[in-house]
Amino acid sequence: MVEAIILAVLAASTPLLIAATGELVTERSGVLNLGVEGMMIVGAVCGFAGAWLTGSIFIGALFGIVAGTLMSLIFALMALGLAVNQVATGLALTILGIGLSGLIGAGFVGERITPAMHLHIPVLTDVPLIGRMLFGEDGFVYFSVALIVGVWWFLYRTRAGLILRACGDNHVSAHALGYPVLRIRTFAVMFGGACAGLAGAYLPLAYTPFFIPGMTAGRGWIALALVVFSSWRPGRLVVGAYLFGAVTILQLHAQGWGVGIPSQFMSALPYLATVIVLVLLSRARSGGSTAPAALGTVFVPDR
Amino acid sequence: MRKSLLALTAGLLLAGNVSAASAADKLKIGFIYVGPIGDLGWTYQHDLGRQALVKELGDKIETTYLENVPEGPDAERSIEQLVRAGNKLIFTTSFGYMDPTLKVAKKYPNVHFEHATGYKRNPNMSTYSAKWYQGRYIQGLIAAKMSKSGVLGYIGSFPIPEVVSGINATVLAAQTINPNIKVKIIWANTWFDPGKEADAAKALIDQGADVIMQHTDSPAAMQIASERGKLAFGQDSEMIKFGPKTQLTSILDTWGPYYIERVKAELAGTWKSENTWGGLDSHMFAMAPYTNMPDDVKKMAEDAQDAITAGKLHPFKCPIIGQDGKQVDCKGGDHLDDGQILGMNFYVKGIDDKLPGK
Repeated sequence: MVEAIILAVLAASTPLLIAATGELVTERSGVLNLGVEGMMIVGAVCGFAGAWLTGSIFIGALFGIVAGTLMSLIFALMALGLAVNQVATGLALTILGIGLSGLIGAGFVGERITPAMHLHIPVLTDVPLIGRMLFGEDGFVYFSVALIVGVWWFLYRTRAGLILRACGDNHVSAHALGYPVLRIRTFAVMFGGACAGLAGAYLPLAYTPFFIPGMTAGRGWIALALVVFSSWRPGRLVVGAYLFGAVTILQLHAQGWGVGIPSQFMSALPYLATVIVLVLLSRARSGGSTAPAALGTVFVPDR
Repeated sequence: MRKSLLALTAGLLLAGNVSAASAADKLKIGFIYVGPIGDLGWTYQHDLGRQALVKELGDKIETTYLENVPEGPDAERSIEQLVRAGNKLIFTTSFGYMDPTLKVAKKYPNVHFEHATGYKRNPNMSTYSAKWYQGRYIQGLIAAKMSKSGVLGYIGSFPIPEVVSGINATVLAAQTINPNIKVKIIWANTWFDPGKEADAAKALIDQGADVIMQHTDSPAAMQIASERGKLAFGQDSEMIKFGPKTQLTSILDTWGPYYIERVKAELAGTWKSENTWGGLDSHMFAMAPYTNMPDDVKKMAEDAQDAITAGKLHPFKCPIIGQDGKQVDCKGGDHLDDGQILGMNFYVKGIDDKLPGK
């Protein structure tokens, strides 16, 4: 039972973690892209299309990544290239994504595919309790962990990461030092789009192996909120994403066991628990918010 | 600021897509859908009804629909949008549109409204629904016969009377086969979120349920049951594609004939505010073929369906004992009356769980 719960928690948390990781990098560079939900749903439909056409989950995931990246390029063109308001552009991107996914997906509704394979290593996978958790997941789960570790290393241990954070905190200074702020931000936005696309593709490729319009059901917005409540730190993002997934699954089990707490309250619990824990964490550590100082502000380099 | 922004965006994002074809003097009919038309469930079936309407009366009418319209106050704006676009008959197809529809109906007395599954009416607002609890009763019989563990898993959407009466009908039927049958209920608190529906199905199966039934809209639960080698019932729509060896049957909503009838009345000028609540006998819904079960179970299901259709069997036949152990008033003679079923807010004896909000 515990094993089954843990597996379900990992599956529920993974799309949130991947999408939020991408958005974290985007926001750390000083760009607020509210279009995560839109990029995710386009990633979902393209990922499904790729897997359905080729029979390969891997190619499906690549389709999702490319689709998310292309969506984010639209955002980069508008918000960075033409210096349009980032909030409005992000919202428009979400609305566009939802419409576009319905259009692309119309022919795929009702089709099904074989979901992503789970790893199986003889002996190791069969170890009780932790065996399937550590050695029996699908590739997305392992990749998401590698991704967030990689992002942490990049942001805090590399020079490029330092420059990216500098763009997010003070784009004028970064520009004065000779760094190509807009180019760096474009890459950060593309990374965010690629992650959102992959997170979206996870849904039809591994979670519920069919495509239905609107199947992201607000997960992009939760990913966005996770980035804020983790105060833009990769470590806390992991805590937030898994906590959200864990409480989501546990409240379903608690209902099945009949603990007698109103289900409406239980459904709200993941949001409550995640917000409370992450707020407590950020108060205990540094005090106050650590939002990138230039987040969401338009930058037009003077030449 | 950031959070209020998020709330605002959620509203904007759900404003939905509009689709329409234009013609000058045709009667304009509007539809409000709660999900996407490709949900393969509730909204999909309503849209099949709309398509049947267009096929039958397409030369005299023009239809418009708004999909993905959230329930609650925001729906009011969408309904008014259809009124201002010149629609003369508007179908609002989810329970949560009840108050917004009534509000708009009072504001525009010359426009006619039809609200699905609600109970508030106005001289220009009808209600229509189907007696799905009849189908749930048949499913309860099948479930009790097919379950080896004696535990049924039920995924609810919201604890509204329509869903509660479905749970009660299922349990009452199952108890006639196995008096000790257990039902585990998980409320998803959403009509449509494939991921969450799948997680609920996993939780139920992990807790020992071997027959899954749902009152949410996507085929996710069916697919999980199929993956785990369990049995399940579809919802609203034919879902056998997602569980060829899993689906026992499914309640199929068939709105087309009703929509055609009401629009014909509107065209003829004889539309009146009415309360339509049709069952198996009036073809407001149908049962998908009985599959993945032995012949004797299939025959039992078919016999029950015939008996209900003929009015010989009523799922809420008295006496009915509530969860509190007290007998429920029998207002309909030898069965509960329609009002009691439409407003059902109690569990019957034999359900361990507590009804949320009670």
